[in-house]
Amino acid sequence: MDYQTGFFYLFAAVLLFAAYRVVTAHNPVHAVLYLMLSFSQAAALWLLLKAEFLGLTLVLVYLGAVMVLFLFVVMMLDIKLDDDRWGFWQNFPLAAALGALVAVEIIAVLWVGFPTVTGEGIAAVPANYSNTKELGKLLYTEYLYPIEVAAVILLVAMFAAIALTLRQRKDSKAIDPGLQVKVRASDRLVVLPMTATQKAAPVALSNEEGQA
Amino acid sequence: MSLTLGHFLSVGAILFALSVIGIFLNRKNLIVLLMAIELMLLAVNMNFVAFSHFLGDMHGQVFVFFILTVAAAESAIGLAILVLLFRAKSSIGVEELNTLKG
Repeated sequence: MDYQTGFFYLFAAVLLFAAYRVVTAHNPVHAVLYLMLSFSQAAALWLLLKAEFLGLTLVLVYLGAVMVLFLFVVMMLDIKLDDDRWGFWQNFPLAAALGALVAVEIIAVLWVGFPTVTGEGIAAVPANYSNTKELGKLLYTEYLYPIEVAAVILLVAMFAAIALTLRQRKDSKAIDPGLQVKVRASDRLVVLPMTATQKAAPVALSNEEGQA
Repeated sequence: MSLTLGHFLSVGAILFALSVIGIFLNRKNLIVLLMAIELMLLAVNMNFVAFSHFLGDMHGQVFVFFILTVAAAESAIGLAILVLLFRAKSSIGVEELNTLKG
């Protein structure tokens, strides 16, 4: 058993344990933190598979951005930790049995389908081989149109997220500039036709008031 | 015993099954549902990278790249919808989402 195999078992064990804890954690913040652990272990496994660019992208994009977004949202929302969690552990044996069945079936099919594929047949890469460069060559030649579509998807997602969560403040004193430009003097000031002067009514008791 | 393709595919399969269990068990908790979906996508990506390495074909890694892109967009919009839901209902409990029920 070479060192790669040892590392594989280490990373795989931590990955599966962390995924189990994501599913069963009581506190959602703990779940997000275990999810970060599982993504980091997956990145390590991808490094074992010599997919350096994707492993580092997983760390940067997922651990650095998406999981922090999750963490923000989880901490912002007031999530009630209901202690009873109706039916969680009652349903657990059934769910575990079904999950084990799914896993066993997929593994059986894949072991039978790809029994002899080992790392032996892969040609040794030269020392100056760059996984990132090869991926970039493929992305920017053969997959040029899909990568532009992916960029548009990200842009649309950004617009959608901002437009969904944007809201007007109720106490804001901001004025619509269009309304300001449209205003005319006649809307502001209305001159009512009135007679200029009126004869004043005679004031009674003016003498007494003057003496007092 | 050196590493074979089956080792990595088994890890992906177990990860996928774990996240299916998570969707079964946490169906009342939207945030954990989103996390389970992320785990499922990770399991699929694991299979893609393993096939790409052992069959010597870079196209699998390109596909993982696109899956990561779409997953990031999906989680951003999903979390935005969660925030909206929390503003409207003051909770994200699934059992209170019954306004479409006749």
